[in-house]
Amino acid sequence: MLLSISSLTKVFPGTRALDDVHFDLQAGEVHALLGENGAGKSTLIKCLTGAYRRGGGRMVLNGTEIDPRSTVEAQDQGIGTVYQEVNLLPNLTVAQNLMFGREPRRFGLVNTRAMRAEARAMLNQYGLDLDVDRDLGSYPVAIQQIIAIARAVALSGKVLILDEPTASLDAAEVRMVFDVVRGLRDRGLGIVFVSHFLDQVFDLTDRVTVLRNGRKVVTEETRSLDRERLIGHMLGRELEAATNQTATDRGPRPPMLRFQGMSRRGAVEAFDMDVGQGEVVGLAGLLGSGRTETAELLFGVRTAQSGSASDQSGPLNLTAPRAAIAAGFGLAPEDRKTDGIVADLTIRENIILGLQARRGWARPIPRAEQNRLADDYIKRLDIRTTGREKRIGELSGGNQQKVVLARWLAMNPRFLILDEPTRGIDVGAHAEIVRLIQELTQQGMSLLVISSEIDELIAVSDRVIVLRDRRHVAELTGSQIAPENIVKAIAATGPKQEVA
Amino acid sequence: MNTRALPLYVTIAIFLLAYVICWTQFPTMLSTRVIGNLLTDNAYLGIVAVGMTMVILSGGIDLSVGSVIAFSGVFIAVILRDTSLHPLAVFAMLLVLTTAFGASMGFLIDRLAMPAFIVTLAGMFLARGAAYMLSIDSVPISHPFFQSVQGAYWLMPGKGRLTLIGVLMVLTFIIGMIIAHKTRFGTSVYALGGGEATARLMGVRQGRTTVLVYAFSGLMAGLSGIVFTIYTGSGYSLATVGAELTAIAAVVIGGTLLTGGAGYMFGTFIGVLTMGLIQTYIVFDGSLSSWWTKIVIGVLLLAFILLQKGLLKLSQDRLAGGRG
Repeated sequence: MLLSISSLTKVFPGTRALDDVHFDLQAGEVHALLGENGAGKSTLIKCLTGAYRRGGGRMVLNGTEIDPRSTVEAQDQGIGTVYQEVNLLPNLTVAQNLMFGREPRRFGLVNTRAMRAEARAMLNQYGLDLDVDRDLGSYPVAIQQIIAIARAVALSGKVLILDEPTASLDAAEVRMVFDVVRGLRDRGLGIVFVSHFLDQVFDLTDRVTVLRNGRKVVTEETRSLDRERLIGHMLGRELEAATNQTATDRGPRPPMLRFQGMSRRGAVEAFDMDVGQGEVVGLAGLLGSGRTETAELLFGVRTAQSGSASDQSGPLNLTAPRAAIAAGFGLAPEDRKTDGIVADLTIRENIILGLQARRGWARPIPRAEQNRLADDYIKRLDIRTTGREKRIGELSGGNQQKVVLARWLAMNPRFLILDEPTRGIDVGAHAEIVRLIQELTQQGMSLLVISSEIDELIAVSDRVIVLRDRRHVAELTGSQIAPENIVKAIAATGPKQEVA
Repeated sequence: MNTRALPLYVTIAIFLLAYVICWTQFPTMLSTRVIGNLLTDNAYLGIVAVGMTMVILSGGIDLSVGSVIAFSGVFIAVILRDTSLHPLAVFAMLLVLTTAFGASMGFLIDRLAMPAFIVTLAGMFLARGAAYMLSIDSVPISHPFFQSVQGAYWLMPGKGRLTLIGVLMVLTFIIGMIIAHKTRFGTSVYALGGGEATARLMGVRQGRTTVLVYAFSGLMAGLSGIVFTIYTGSGYSLATVGAELTAIAAVVIGGTLLTGGAGYMFGTFIGVLTMGLIQTYIVFDGSLSSWWTKIVIGVLLLAFILLQKGLLKLSQDRLAGGRG
């Protein structure tokens, strides 16, 4: 066994990112590490590469226990990493990037000629013949990715971690990178492959390990797996354990909002969607299937290149978030920390932010009114805090999410989009948010809920739209909303599509 | 062609073009005398621009250098007036002082993760204040060593004078080029300017590099102060106000990206000469007022910023276009 990880644990305030995870890697294998966002993949990799210190457990590489404290140290011990975003410097030449930190020197100065020759020799091993004096940034991303692999292998040489290396490559480029990876596997390296493109996982890997909520779900030979089982593992529903939790079918309702032919190249293909008053539409799909992009199109974060939106009274302008807000839309984004909260402001300030922005800064909301609003929502949503003047950054994830919700509710939108509303929050808060969603619809608000948890979607949705490869591929209503139907729709291999 | 080198070629082309225009109007401008004076008159600016280039390449900025030059002049003049130390000993003391000053600014920038702009702005006020503390008035220097250094030159064919300080500037540029392009430290500087997080992942010792970069800039500012003192023969605390901005302008006109990571030491050399050339032209013309220098430099700066922005977009488009 080249690398063996046992009982790995990592705890962050409020969450258990890794809980007793076992993982092993043999020399000469490509091992896929899969899971949705927040499953613990990146935490595991960060522990391996020294970006995080592990909380507990053992990592043994080639018979010796390791505990890297930095990426450089991990590299020296034999673990190299290539990230999704190329982790080299585009402003340096190819040779400088390859040889950085170990340039051949003569009389204390860098021997450019020797450096060039060595860099060229390194690339020749991968069948590349490049002008190594050109800036790295002037080459296509696939070439840059191979150069990054070449550097990582040269520095570490035992374990290579590929973290979403193909996310920004087209199909031909992916093949090119995969050829390189297979070559390295045949040379006896152990390769960890993280990707959310299942086709690539089946194409390239020998074994698969699936994580969910910080725990290992399964490790299996890729050959013996099929797509449905794999997706079932990832989304947390064994197909046998079917449903008892279908949504209450409240019958069809007149559409309040109508979206037609909305699309944006590279984000999501054209789709139609109607949303009725008080209806909850769920969006299901794997990471990267176009869920978040759909939400961004509807809210004007990205402008749709085609299509139109309308309500009973006429067409709507959704070209910018401001316009969408004016049309009565709201969006609680997926990444709460960067896009949702303003960590240094208080709870009160975070709640009134949207309302104040709509009024314009020239007409401040009176302080008494602000206090009333904040107290009201703290009570209504049961936000656990010592007071309304507490910095929101000090709250737990679930309570932060409630504050973000409160901000939108204060603006009284008619259509609220929730992107992963329960990500990274504990079970209790989870249930409260689900209950809140149900309450809101009873008041006539329409919602679009995006979630990678099938149970959650089923619990709240009147209708579930399934996305795959950036397309809306299925729509399930009423009794069709069942885990096996959703998983089937996600797993079905549609017309082969280039990953872009 | 490498798009990174394009600004350098543009800089050289503009300089040559400007020289040709000057020459057609005033044929005497193409003489070793003018070239000698160009080097002498801009020696202090060139030297400080070498340090500034290094700082800007690393993605930082150093606003303190103008004040450090003035402080250097006053420091040298006051110590020579009040003690019997040899100027060379005073120079050595000064260089140690300004290097340490730069290093401590670099330390603060790195350790406190403070913007270089703020830390060196504080350094600018500190150094200027220290100069005032030593003397408010202009202090003349009458040491015989100074007179001999001021008079040191080589006669070029055509009666041009290649002065000691002019040669010093050229040497500084050569050393700067070697450091920037031929040492691991230089590569680290480019790496930091290209992206701090990535540079750290690749093993750049960020703290050490940052401290060294600002120490180098401090050393260059001290050396520039010495040259400026030799050039003017006195120390004055109100001298070289805004020299840091002139140096930044020379670096940018020389084709270095203000955000760091791309540029050439040689470009800065041409940038300094271009700015000197504009001044020389105005002197030759005689009827133009000296503020035309500033206007032309302003226009050139703007043009270069637009050029860099355009190049950036061009290379991004090309990358995007290549992916289909």
